[in-house]
Amino acid sequence: MTGLAQALLPSAEPVRFLTDEGAVAKGRHRHPVPDPGLLRRAYRAMVVGRRFDAQATALTKQGRLAVYPSSHGQEACQVGSVLVLSEGDWFFPTYRESVALVTRGIDPVEVLSLLRGDAHCGYDPVRHHVAPQCTPLATQSVHAAGLAYAERRVGTGRVALVCVGDGATSEGDFHEALNFAAVFKAPVVFLVQNNHYAISVPLERQTAAPSLAYKGIGYGVPSERVDGNDPVAVLAVLTSAVEHARSGQGPYLVEAHTYRLESHTNADDASRYRTDDEAEKWRRRDPIARLARYLRRRGHLTDADTAAWSAEAEELAADLRARMNADPELAPLGMFDHVYSAPTPQLTEQREVLRVELSAERAADEAEEALT
Amino acid sequence: MITMAQALNAALGDAMAEDEQVVVFGEDVGALGGVFRITDGLTAKYGEDRCFDTPLAESGIVGFAVGMAMGGFRPVVEMQFDAFAYPAFEQIASHVAKTRNRTRGRVGLPLVIRIPYGGGIGGVEHHCDSSEAYYAHTPGLKVVTPATVQDAYSLLREAIDDPDPVVFMEPKKLYWSKADIGRLARTEPFGRAAVRRAGSDATLIAYGPSVPVALETAEAATQEGWDLEVIDLRTIVPFDDATVTASVRRTGRCVVVGEAAGFAGVGAEIAARVQERCFHSLAAPVLRVTGFDVPYPPPMLEHHHLPSVDRILDTLDRLQRDDLPDTRFLALGGAA
Ligand SMILES: Cc1ncc(C[n+]2csc(CCOP(=O)(O)OP(=O)(O)O)c2C)c(N)n1
Ligand SMILES: [Mg+2]
Repeated sequence: MTGLAQALLPSAEPVRFLTDEGAVAKGRHRHPVPDPGLLRRAYRAMVVGRRFDAQATALTKQGRLAVYPSSHGQEACQVGSVLVLSEGDWFFPTYRESVALVTRGIDPVEVLSLLRGDAHCGYDPVRHHVAPQCTPLATQSVHAAGLAYAERRVGTGRVALVCVGDGATSEGDFHEALNFAAVFKAPVVFLVQNNHYAISVPLERQTAAPSLAYKGIGYGVPSERVDGNDPVAVLAVLTSAVEHARSGQGPYLVEAHTYRLESHTNADDASRYRTDDEAEKWRRRDPIARLARYLRRRGHLTDADTAAWSAEAEELAADLRARMNADPELAPLGMFDHVYSAPTPQLTEQREVLRVELSAERAADEAEEALT
Repeated sequence: MITMAQALNAALGDAMAEDEQVVVFGEDVGALGGVFRITDGLTAKYGEDRCFDTPLAESGIVGFAVGMAMGGFRPVVEMQFDAFAYPAFEQIASHVAKTRNRTRGRVGLPLVIRIPYGGGIGGVEHHCDSSEAYYAHTPGLKVVTPATVQDAYSLLREAIDDPDPVVFMEPKKLYWSKADIGRLARTEPFGRAAVRRAGSDATLIAYGPSVPVALETAEAATQEGWDLEVIDLRTIVPFDDATVTASVRRTGRCVVVGEAAGFAGVGAEIAARVQERCFHSLAAPVLRVTGFDVPYPPPMLEHHHLPSVDRILDTLDRLQRDDLPDTRFLALGGAA
């Protein structure tokens, strides 16, 4: 293999800086160690993110969310993917990226709007530079390539980072995105969170390649793989990837090995396709515990820090509970808004049909109330 | 009692038992048995070669089915949800639909594409589309949708045996509907609509998820003195003009009910066919009750979007019983 092709291949083993227990792993790395400030921010965001995730799961059980895909266990990727970006950079999430969006600073209630069921996207994508959460798998990867290319054309120096799952790498759009990004040198980072399952289907059914990071070489995209439950390694590799993109060298592909500890969503039953033993193995590689141990050893994390951040997480959860337990204001007529820049005559007519229906319903309700 | 989901499962199982060439594949159809459990137990019973998970790619799934059908198999593939079949549209429109025609009849594609569709289950975006019109508009595809437990079994068996490709649309709202059926059996062939309720004053035409709503409306309408006939199309393509025409010629009035956005939808086709064939029998324009022409709304708003009993009853009021012009379109000017 030529040196050029060789350079596109990922490391032989997933990059890791920490052992499963959080001690320093042996080996040399092509990626610099992140600074303690970034690691502390990641720790704090993971603690808050995990609490948010648990609260969202609880709210789903109480019927407050239509559905919730948990990222419990994947916090290093959720948090890392956002913290390596600057404010102006763009983030392209899937449905699983709620914790990433909270890390980005979006109001948690706005993050959950889609899943609660009162809007398709609850936050302002332009304000946050975050695309709407994307459910049709891998389709957003092409958008990220296009947006990154647009930023390069305009010369803003911004990059885009797009998340996809292991399953989504089988979709054609993922491959088209890698190819477009490489051909047009779009400053985009593809982050594959390989949590080993696409609902019930294990990784072996998605690929016969040695690693999903090998998908890059055929398109001329340099790739790396990383222990996705090692927050130090995730931040190191993603920082390199973003720098690569920002410096004008084009796209970069990162495969992070991780695991979702919960079912696919609350509607799924993981016991139908995997064992508890397997999950237990991954539970022991907890990204939060690993980073805590690393930071404490170096004196970068104190009891006061953990106490303060736990309190912050509890506060966020309490606020989320309170606000999610209130029924949202619904505006049924709003469904006719923004279908086009201005409503067509037909939509105006249909809106009127619903308006008349709603006022008749209201009048009937009031009449009934007056009787009782 | 048996649910529609179980009837579909039984149809797949019976077809697999009868014909070794029948294979089932798609996303999560193996160990999980499909997200709606329609393929539950098939891998365990018939083996991994007969019912299997594929890589996650709808275009791949349908294209692979085309190839396997050319190679002598009868693939039955599952699209996980309506909107997730769109990546396969290229394969469906350019190959599944056209291969028989392009090969002057030499290569037929006896394959079935199962698609759970429609709303009413509180699903978030991309999980509630009524996509039947895309397929019905594509010559070469048969498009079928059951409204009853018995039909779920019968139509799926017909679909698997059919020499042509069939888009089999499963109303997910009805997956858990139940019926007391002694023995699941095959009933009518494709192209026969069913009169689910006989009536004399007007004909309600519906299919799939809208049939129960139409029947409920017919019951409610008796209070207002309407005796409604309810037709369940069963197969959108091939279309049963004979049953529909005979009914409307008798009742003189017709309302078409469907969840999909009305504009350029299947309901428009039905209305057009009825007025072309029944003009002299019609005492009122053929009206439609459909979803609005908006992207499927979020779960908390979907009940405002879907055709409801009330909205259908309101529409009956516009069927000119007292021979007054319909005021709804007055703003358009001229005389209605
Ligand atoms: C085009 C498309 N097909 C099917 C689905 C249904 N679906 C939702 S999530 C999912 C599995 C995705 O797995 P993966 O990409 O590994 O992401 P994960 O959920 O594990 O984060 C499937 C099949 C979809 N959303 N979009
Ligand atoms: Mg996955």
